[in-house]
Amino acid sequence: MANPGRYGIERFAYWLMRITGLGLLAYFIGHIYETSSLLNGKDAWDAMLEMTQTTEGHVLLTLVIGMCVFHTANGIRVMLGHGGVGVGKPSRPDYPYAPASQNSMHKLCIYASIGLAALAMMYGISVLFGE
Amino acid sequence: MRESIIMKIHYGTALGAVALVAVHILFRITMMDYTESLQYENVLANYQFIPYAIMLELILVLLSVHGFNGLRVILLELKQGRSYERAVTYGCIAAMAVLIAYGSRTILMASMGMA
Amino acid sequence: MAQEVSSTEISSSNVITLKIAKYNPEHDEEAKFAEFKVPYERWTTVLDAILDVKKHLDHSVAVRYSCRQASCGSCGMMINGRPRLACFTKISEIKSDVITVEPMKNYPIVRDLVVDLSTLISKHRKVVPYMVRDDSEITSPTKEFSQTPEQLEEYIQFANCIKCGLCNSACPTMATDSSFLGPQALAQAYRYVADSRDKGKDKRLKVIDESHGIWRCHFAGSCSQVCPKGVDPAMGIQLLRGYLLGFRK
Repeated sequence: MANPGRYGIERFAYWLMRITGLGLLAYFIGHIYETSSLLNGKDAWDAMLEMTQTTEGHVLLTLVIGMCVFHTANGIRVMLGHGGVGVGKPSRPDYPYAPASQNSMHKLCIYASIGLAALAMMYGISVLFGE
Repeated sequence: MRESIIMKIHYGTALGAVALVAVHILFRITMMDYTESLQYENVLANYQFIPYAIMLELILVLLSVHGFNGLRVILLELKQGRSYERAVTYGCIAAMAVLIAYGSRTILMASMGMA
Repeated sequence: MAQEVSSTEISSSNVITLKIAKYNPEHDEEAKFAEFKVPYERWTTVLDAILDVKKHLDHSVAVRYSCRQASCGSCGMMINGRPRLACFTKISEIKSDVITVEPMKNYPIVRDLVVDLSTLISKHRKVVPYMVRDDSEITSPTKEFSQTPEQLEEYIQFANCIKCGLCNSACPTMATDSSFLGPQALAQAYRYVADSRDKGKDKRLKVIDESHGIWRCHFAGSCSQVCPKGVDPAMGIQLLRGYLLGFRK
């Protein structure tokens, strides 16, 4: 039975990174297609805007904003981790063998990434729905 | 190509894309009202401003490389096998190339006033 | 299967329900759980409970164990969904009335709770897990390769690995990527690369720098969460990456 909390927040961040990455790739492909309507003139562009500047479109864009901010912030944390930053120093292990790499700094960064994504989404909502 | 080189490219494109996409988004929300910035004439004017068009091209290349390499990694971890891995690798490269070509067409034609 | 109670006199008022995954690949299509009521004390480990079942209730339960003191790494299994050493996990620390034991994930099942660890061994072998040098201690003037305490501290925690396989079982990449080297092998690669006496760094880096090598680790950290000996394979892997990225020489 899937249990997202079984291995801690780092595992949750791993899954979220994959999901947001795929979501952003899908959005990116759609965005490239959407902007290509510019070449077909003003009418085609306006028709495309009518399709995307809707409540559903704004909700989707808000989700994209959240995914983008989380993927970026967590990606920077992961890249720093990959470079050995914040993973602790090797030392003689002693009971209860708490792993130094699973430290509060990385956990805090993950929560911060989620928090920043939420803030960005709220800002996005204020811009998209505020007009 | 060695996997370490591919991953260095993955990290590099990530950092480059973050900076440039931030500029791209700021252009949309700071220069003028958001809805106004999406109007045909304003968007076209952005494309015809050459430094901005170059930035868009860079974003296109960086994000395509980063995104499709990420997809390649996810697919390679899902299933293994010589022919499958080859298909995934070349498929992702092809998709990357198609997306870059299609997006570049938009940028080039719009910046040259062919819209 | 009907619920069974231990035939020993239950002196303790504490009784746990132990669900053991029973599966014989020769004639079973899928695993089924057998439930047993087992008495336990404050100090009773999951392994004690399994052996109690084996002794009194179901002799056919297949379980691998040896030292019973978290030194040999034989009794790795899934205990309530998390890879743990059965001898090192007390029933009282699980905080549940039902304890479900299953074979470790990401390994082929031999029978019941026993898995085939040959992939663990073969991947461990791939990273050249021994000192690589042209000379030997015999020819050295000091008759041993000296090391300062600081040099020892660089790698000693990774030498604690008992090859229990729990890290590979917890790894999300290993769940779907059978070609991935795995946290155990990668941590051991770091153990030798970080050892000042070793001269085989380039050989090992070549092995791990491939499409199913070190780069398929995404720092989920589950390996370090489950390691019973404090090896912290995730730390070793991220430090090892530094050699390939050019931060470490």
